[in-house]
Amino acid sequence: MLEGARAAAEDRSGTGATSTGLTRTLSVKVLSAAITLFVVLVGNFYLFRVLPANPAKNLTHNSTLTAKQLLAINRTFGLGLPLPQQFWNYLVQTFHGNLGRSFVDQLPVAEKIGQALWPTILLVGTSTVLSTVIGVWIGIRGGWNRGSKFDRSSTAFVNVLYAMPDFWLGMVLLITLAGKLALFPDGGMHSFTGSGSGLAGFGDLLWHLALPCTVLTLVYLAEYSLVMRSSLIDELKADYLLTARAKGLRDDLVRRRHAVPNALLPSVTLIMLNLGFVISGAITTETVFSWPGLGRLSYVSLNAPDYPTLEGTFLLFSAAVIVANLIGDLLLTVFDPRVRQA
Amino acid sequence: MSVRAATSTSDGLPPPEQPPSSQPLTPRALARARRQAALARFWREFRKDRRGMSGLIILAVMIAVALLAPVLANSRGLNPIYATAAPNAGPSLQYPLGTDSDGRSVLTELIWGARNSLLVGLTATLISILIGALVGVVAGHFGSIRARAGRLTDNLLMRVSDWFLVVPFLPLAMVVARTIGPSLGVIILVIGLTSWAGTARIVRAQALAVETRPYLERAKALGAGHWHQMYRHVLPNVMPLLLANTILTVAGTILAETTLSFLGLGDPIRPTWGQMLGAAYSYGVGTGNVLWLLAPGIAVILVVMAFTLVGHALEAVLDPKLRERP
Amino acid sequence: MTLLDLRDLSITYATEGGPLPAVRGVNLSLESGQTLGLAGESGCGKSTIATSILRLLPSSATVTGQILFNGEDVLTMKWGRLRAVRWAGASIIFQGALHSLNPVRKIGGQIAEPILLHETGVTKQAAVRRAVDLLRQVGLPAARSDSYPHELSGGQKQRVMIAMALACGPNLIIADEPTTALDVMIQAQVLDLIAGLVRDRGIGMIMISHDLSVLSATCQRLAVMYAGRIVEEGPAHEVFTDARHPYAEALAWAFPVIGDTRTRMNPRGLPGDPPDPAAVPPGCSFHPRCAVVQPECSTREMELWPAGDGRLAACIRVLPGSEGEPAVRSVKEEMRQP
Repeated sequence: MLEGARAAAEDRSGTGATSTGLTRTLSVKVLSAAITLFVVLVGNFYLFRVLPANPAKNLTHNSTLTAKQLLAINRTFGLGLPLPQQFWNYLVQTFHGNLGRSFVDQLPVAEKIGQALWPTILLVGTSTVLSTVIGVWIGIRGGWNRGSKFDRSSTAFVNVLYAMPDFWLGMVLLITLAGKLALFPDGGMHSFTGSGSGLAGFGDLLWHLALPCTVLTLVYLAEYSLVMRSSLIDELKADYLLTARAKGLRDDLVRRRHAVPNALLPSVTLIMLNLGFVISGAITTETVFSWPGLGRLSYVSLNAPDYPTLEGTFLLFSAAVIVANLIGDLLLTVFDPRVRQA
Repeated sequence: MSVRAATSTSDGLPPPEQPPSSQPLTPRALARARRQAALARFWREFRKDRRGMSGLIILAVMIAVALLAPVLANSRGLNPIYATAAPNAGPSLQYPLGTDSDGRSVLTELIWGARNSLLVGLTATLISILIGALVGVVAGHFGSIRARAGRLTDNLLMRVSDWFLVVPFLPLAMVVARTIGPSLGVIILVIGLTSWAGTARIVRAQALAVETRPYLERAKALGAGHWHQMYRHVLPNVMPLLLANTILTVAGTILAETTLSFLGLGDPIRPTWGQMLGAAYSYGVGTGNVLWLLAPGIAVILVVMAFTLVGHALEAVLDPKLRERP
Repeated sequence: MTLLDLRDLSITYATEGGPLPAVRGVNLSLESGQTLGLAGESGCGKSTIATSILRLLPSSATVTGQILFNGEDVLTMKWGRLRAVRWAGASIIFQGALHSLNPVRKIGGQIAEPILLHETGVTKQAAVRRAVDLLRQVGLPAARSDSYPHELSGGQKQRVMIAMALACGPNLIIADEPTTALDVMIQAQVLDLIAGLVRDRGIGMIMISHDLSVLSATCQRLAVMYAGRIVEEGPAHEVFTDARHPYAEALAWAFPVIGDTRTRMNPRGLPGDPPDPAAVPPGCSFHPRCAVVQPECSTREMELWPAGDGRLAACIRVLPGSEGEPAVRSVKEEMRQP
């Protein structure tokens, strides 16, 4: 999957080609993302309203319905209407932010998602920053001194991390650090006894954030370091590095000023591609640590089953990937002068 | 269309008085001999890669365990009705890895889990590779044609695969499973359908490279149709890289299956390692049954690492540019 | 003091198949302001020598002998001293400027980089201004300073390389195949540019090429290499028109000169391939391909013998008493046969 994404990233960096002007390239990419989002909406609609044998059954979580109830439900959800009409209604509703009501507690799905959004952003954001910085550092150091002790041990370590299911790591840490040693809380975002306000509250939050963030960081830094390392190794053969050395630059300056910026470019696209998946990948980690984010929300909805909420979270996850891809694409366009058009 | 040697009889067999070690005379026999020599060379190169070899050994052991599951562990041990041992017991002679919350032997579940996990992983990979290779070869072949229609096909296929690259497979799997109903089949289908795009890209790149080779032009000049070109010429040359990519895909597939089973989207009757982890999470974490948690996790790590090592070693042997100096 | 003095320079690469001697006992010297051309086919070791002067070879290469730059041995310099000498003392114009420039940095910044590195008290703006000035001197508009490498043509990139090489006012410039990747017309322009700049500033220059005609037009002296050794050395024009070593002669004849009736319709190639550096023929390493080979050539060790005023050649034919002059002339007769 990594290699395919790399190929995709390379392809993409070659397609700034024919348009003139930076804004034109950018707007094409934004438009393309919007189209993809639309396709996702279509897919969503298909999965939830068209595919199930009995959409009413799914939508109302009620297995036995009288004919009158069925009629009422059909009218409420517009299920009896022709498909294009249903789809139009669905589009309109979604754009207005109306994602339906949860089966479980009758709250608007949009509200539930809104509440779960911040914890997920906090968790995923913090772990992404950490995993990117640490992973890229490991990759650069390993790739620059290929075959060194650091490189060999870090590659082995990273390969093990890459093969590890993230929830398993979470559970192991939970049992050892939180269970037996009671160094960290068992889960959740705040303590039951109330976290207090201000600095104490912030500290409590960090204490709860520590373990789930560590898990996500470890799991994703593996991939980033592998990507960065291989990217840098590819750059090592470049001629301009010889020029840089001939100018009298110190080794670390050659690396920092010449090799790394060039090696970073393809990595950026890959890392952003991955970011979209991290958001949905956090599902299992949030579940294990009872972190009240989107992931846990979707897991709970899965088991309830709470279809409207599930549909809402799926939409959000897909949108996240599309937006992350777009940002990655835009970043590449901005930072790689070869992709930009003068 | 093989050229018959003057000394062979009309049915293609060499005359009986020819010693068996004589020079092969038909083009087919020559091709076969060449392939065998290439294979031998390939194996010799592969053996030099220590990490690849250790991965291969681990894989061999795992596959053996999976195949011999009925021999190694009685399948009745999987049925909670027959579980007579104390639940969450520690390791003992009879239960080397202890028992789970139902009193079943963790070792038995682990052995049978090997079979199911590998089966799901391999089947899903098969689907993914089939679709990916098909799309890749078709896109690469038609993409190298000068005609507009060819490039249009290529573009279209790549846009579609781009979309599949974007879909987050975990939420998708959850949704599909909940809609259709959880089962191993759903898991296989979802993983297969969401992971072919990467393969398609790689195969397409290789196909484009192959398309520029002279024998393909010769085939076209001789009147070979599209399917013949793709099947007879492009595909065999794409195979080696496809093989390496397949092995690496299995690693990802098994991890994906583990995650989906953990979330309860699999088949409760046929345990996989992911299943075990899911049950361990629900029932074991509280009781501190560490073995139940560690055993399947370590098994997954070993298998995924093994596939990854073998896959990278394959890539290195097939493409010397990727080889690393130790 | 001699600007550059290579003494018994030998360079061996460590490869999978064993040690590969690329340069075997080369002696060269260059005075300040002089220009020397180093010619030979691919793989004869000339590029290796160029890269070794500033100790830029990979760690798999073993270098023995001495490389004296203004009296200091580059091979034993301390790391800090070496970095100071690089570019400020001697700079390189690389071959194939296609990839010798950093793709993601502007031209101006790349030219200014060594200035900022080697000179203290220079502000960034001042350095860039000097870079722009250098660009003008090589015939590029000032606006090019803000361009990226991919926006320039091959010829323009090569000019940038020249400007960059002059940035710190070096005493020695090593031009490694500076025009090989360029069109013929651009080649002429670039060569004129280099020759002019070097002459005006009194910079010493070593130019490396496989094209003898280019070297003879641009350099004062010419040295021809074969299989890691120098086989002929002397004033450029004389070596080109009147070579004493059969290989140098063949190399000169391989490039037809426009307007020269002798070469018209008579370009001469040389059969065979250069020897594998790991398996060089005994005696004169050229003898398997030589048109006037003698029995002695495969056994006797060759040295650079005097072959005229300020000229050296590693061929026994230049020795007094051996076939001598008449034989050399017969080589030319031989080569002129249709």
